[in-house]
Amino acid sequence: MAHSAVTINPTKPGGVAVGLVLVLTLGTLGAVAWRADWGRGLGAADWAAVTFTVTQALVSAGLSCLLAIPVARALARRRFWGRSVLVTLLGAPFLLPVIVAVLGLLAVFGRNGILNDALGALGLPEVSIYGFHGVVLAHVFFNLPLVTRLILQGWLSIPAERFRLAASLDTPVGRMLEWPMLRTVLPPAFLIVSLICLTSFAVALTLGGGPRATTVELAIYQALRFDFDLGRAAMLALIQFGLCLIAATLAWRMTAVDGLGTGLDRSVDRWDGSRWGDGVIIALAATFLLMPLIMVIVRGVPGLFELPIDIWRAALRSVIVAAISAALCIGLTLALALRGGWIVGLVGVLPLAASSLVVGTGLFLLVYPFANPAKLALVVTALVNAVLALPFALRSVAPTVDKITSDYARLSAILDMSPWVWTTRVVLPRLRRPLGFASGLAAALSMGDLGVIALFAGDAQETLPLAMYRLMGAYRMDAAAGAALVLLVLSFALFWICDRGGRVDADL
Amino acid sequence: MLTCEKLELTQGAFHLSADVRFAKQAITAVIGPSGAGKSTLLLAIAGFFAAQSGDVLLDDDSFMSAAPGKRPVSMLFQDNNLFPHLSIFENVGLGLRSRGRLDAAERGTVMAVLIRVGLKDMADRKPAALSGGQQSRVALARLLLADRPVVLLDEPFAALGPSLKEEMLDLMQEMLVQDAGATVLMVTHDPADARRIADHVAWVADGVVHAPQPTAAIFADPPSGLRGYLGKMG
Amino acid sequence: MMKPIILTTVAGLCMATAATAEIPILTVMTYDSFTSDWGPGPAVEAAFEETCACDLQFVGAGDGAALLARLQLEGPRTQADVVLGLDTNLTAAARATGLFAPHGVTADLALPIAWDDTEFLPFDWGYFAFVGNAGADAPASLRALADSDIKVVIQDPRSSTPGLGLLMWVKAAYGDDAGQIWADLADNIVTVTPGWSEAYGLFLDGEADAALSYTTSPAYHLIAEEDDSKVAWAFDEGHYMQVEVAGKVASTDVPELADQFLAFMVGDIFQTIIPTTNWMYPATATTGGLPDGFDTLITPAKALLMSPEDALAARPAALDEWRTALSQ
Repeated sequence: MAHSAVTINPTKPGGVAVGLVLVLTLGTLGAVAWRADWGRGLGAADWAAVTFTVTQALVSAGLSCLLAIPVARALARRRFWGRSVLVTLLGAPFLLPVIVAVLGLLAVFGRNGILNDALGALGLPEVSIYGFHGVVLAHVFFNLPLVTRLILQGWLSIPAERFRLAASLDTPVGRMLEWPMLRTVLPPAFLIVSLICLTSFAVALTLGGGPRATTVELAIYQALRFDFDLGRAAMLALIQFGLCLIAATLAWRMTAVDGLGTGLDRSVDRWDGSRWGDGVIIALAATFLLMPLIMVIVRGVPGLFELPIDIWRAALRSVIVAAISAALCIGLTLALALRGGWIVGLVGVLPLAASSLVVGTGLFLLVYPFANPAKLALVVTALVNAVLALPFALRSVAPTVDKITSDYARLSAILDMSPWVWTTRVVLPRLRRPLGFASGLAAALSMGDLGVIALFAGDAQETLPLAMYRLMGAYRMDAAAGAALVLLVLSFALFWICDRGGRVDADL
Repeated sequence: MLTCEKLELTQGAFHLSADVRFAKQAITAVIGPSGAGKSTLLLAIAGFFAAQSGDVLLDDDSFMSAAPGKRPVSMLFQDNNLFPHLSIFENVGLGLRSRGRLDAAERGTVMAVLIRVGLKDMADRKPAALSGGQQSRVALARLLLADRPVVLLDEPFAALGPSLKEEMLDLMQEMLVQDAGATVLMVTHDPADARRIADHVAWVADGVVHAPQPTAAIFADPPSGLRGYLGKMG
Repeated sequence: MMKPIILTTVAGLCMATAATAEIPILTVMTYDSFTSDWGPGPAVEAAFEETCACDLQFVGAGDGAALLARLQLEGPRTQADVVLGLDTNLTAAARATGLFAPHGVTADLALPIAWDDTEFLPFDWGYFAFVGNAGADAPASLRALADSDIKVVIQDPRSSTPGLGLLMWVKAAYGDDAGQIWADLADNIVTVTPGWSEAYGLFLDGEADAALSYTTSPAYHLIAEEDDSKVAWAFDEGHYMQVEVAGKVASTDVPELADQFLAFMVGDIFQTIIPTTNWMYPATATTGGLPDGFDTLITPAKALLMSPEDALAARPAALDEWRTALSQ
């Protein structure tokens, strides 16, 4: 009943973290706007880009959610050998560097991909991946695992007794239990995926098939790169923030369901659904999500033998950056989650809407007067990616922090713990699982970064994605495929190690 | 003497007044219908519920403005009294020192208390590996080490079976009150608990904490509200 | 005055590089692939440092367009002494920044066109071309390509230098009819990629019959991979040229060294390195002539190139034309 006004959570680090995120998102935008010569405003083409961006984001998010429902349900109610490995593997596309994923998708769905080879062998006409549907396909590929994970979490949160009750009463499970759950889980999931797709760049550009598929992020890229029109870039970035703010406000009104990082190894005993139907759905999803990865592996193996020695140096550099980024991300996430409040809610969404190009450019402008950007390339890459991974990390960590606070804050207060002891001896150990997941995510995402590093890096800071890109630029396509494989393996290994680390020996 | 002086507790429609004294180095059972505010009274004394007005004093010293950890008060809650990720030894050690590491002498003290409550061999285990009764003993050991004059018990043993609960109550009385001389306030919904170990009983109902009365006397001639409550309890 | 050495020392996370003696540093800002292990960078650095008693340091920045953007971001306070890797589609904008000084070099250039730019000096050049597989259908003109059902990949003119080159190519060849050519080309274009690497990669993966690249691309496959299966298509309209240039940054603190580098750049050593590392034609005739294999390349009958100022002026309208035609 009555609750304490006492809080033991330290809030100062959270304040610092809020400041840092604001500087990196809005501050960098401000820096770009500050330097801009305000010339012409936005043209028809820019507005077409806004329309296209919003449309593809909504369609991609809608389709991801729609497809994730049967997959999550099948996974929730079936137990089979290798299930937990499959659940982990299905998360892989979300961790993939975009450029690697696009190569994999093309190997399956491209004109020369295995799908069209199969269609050709059957005498059927070929399908083209290029165009609006290609963009949506790629976005579904990236985000289906995320939504599946979120919905699966929702399914597993329904207590088993309710399914038993529903079965004994012979009431339809769907209307009684599943629909109410989906109604709370889906809207935030939909919004998150929409936000991710809003800032899409390389996917739309490579698979879009032409200038119809111009996203806002691409328009920003052009404004910065070709026209050096900082004003237009700033305006477009502002529109992107505006769109994000609308979505975030909507999300704020809905109950968020979270626990991205919690265990999904259980299944719930059910008395409905067909074993075969679920099996087919799981097989289809696994094929769709894993085939492109397998193709990256198949095509990359021969290239492994052509990799120059420098690749391994670049790989080591990338791993170090990823580790730093993960550590920073955890620090920021923890500080914010302990602080709590609406500002943290806002800060937790802002990075999703930030254009990494504008962040990079703004940071360059901020840093340049004081230091040689090339020297800071790796640090900046680690920092920016830590912040970009923050929304996901925060969503996985914050609910657990709330639970820990409600369970143990009073006990800790009466034991006269200091905020430091409370954080290190109570909160941190109990957060291992979500923190492991969050750090793995941050590490994997920063491993694949190509946006920030490209702007800052000199030669001595070549990271693996940059090295891979440079191999492609030097006609070394086979070696680049090998580098893509190394990138894939390292990204996934980093995630796996962090995620495992959080699970091992976690007596919770 | 633990004194609640014109204490007024308000939250929404809920209201509770307490202007009572609790006997020192004795156990006072706090009983009353659910929702009457038994737990709220304890939370207010512990510093987790801000009173609208009034004062709480121990031997004429007010500790109303102190933070929960700085009050002369220990408390056990209905659940989550142990940290599941810490060993039994670490959990108990928190009673002695909650900021920083234990030195060798302190480690010896912790071990001595564990031996006293019969958990010598469990020191390195985590709470989940212990039975409910053993977990209660861990909490008791921590109370003993914390050694604060006032101990508040908010039905921490409610989940235990009857005989285990009686055993814990007896242990509490012996170690906390007889040996350590603590002043104990114990919320319970079971009059048998009060009869077993309480020296006094404070009846809480209708927004008022009534003055504690000797256990034998109050059960022999209960006030009307208590009589109805006891009747319902069978 | 010397720049503080520490500032120009390229260092990683761990700053292991200690500043050595008091030798002057020449910072050359260029695109990524120039400085890569397979690019001209390492050989050029070694050769120049033998003669200059200086430390030549490259700063890599994406592609040609990124290079200019980077320079504009840094402004007059840039560390760069020489910027190497702009092309004629970018030089007008580069000139407008006012960051460049006259190069003062007179060289015997071997370009198919006359060159009289006083600020930007060419170091190599090439023709844009579609590169396809030998033995497959090869259209003989842009028009024939547009009328065929051959599939090609091109780069986005808003984000890539070859993409912009094709835009100018169509404009230079067809003028007011460029829009029509683009409309007819629309169904031949599989997709539009952000940069050269993606487009060429898609072509090599079999995603298209050809990709927009250079007439010199087959030389790479021939010389480095002993693979003669790639050919450039010769088009009747002529081929648009890319002339890659370097310029001296006006604010440089080592102007003599910068001049020395630019003179070295059009000299025999530098120019001999270019063909098999940057896979372009050298800007001056080299004593050893072109490497074996370059003789197999097509030589366009007509070289097309707009002046930098014309290219800059024509770009907005040409882009609109392109966008409209491909958005149908």
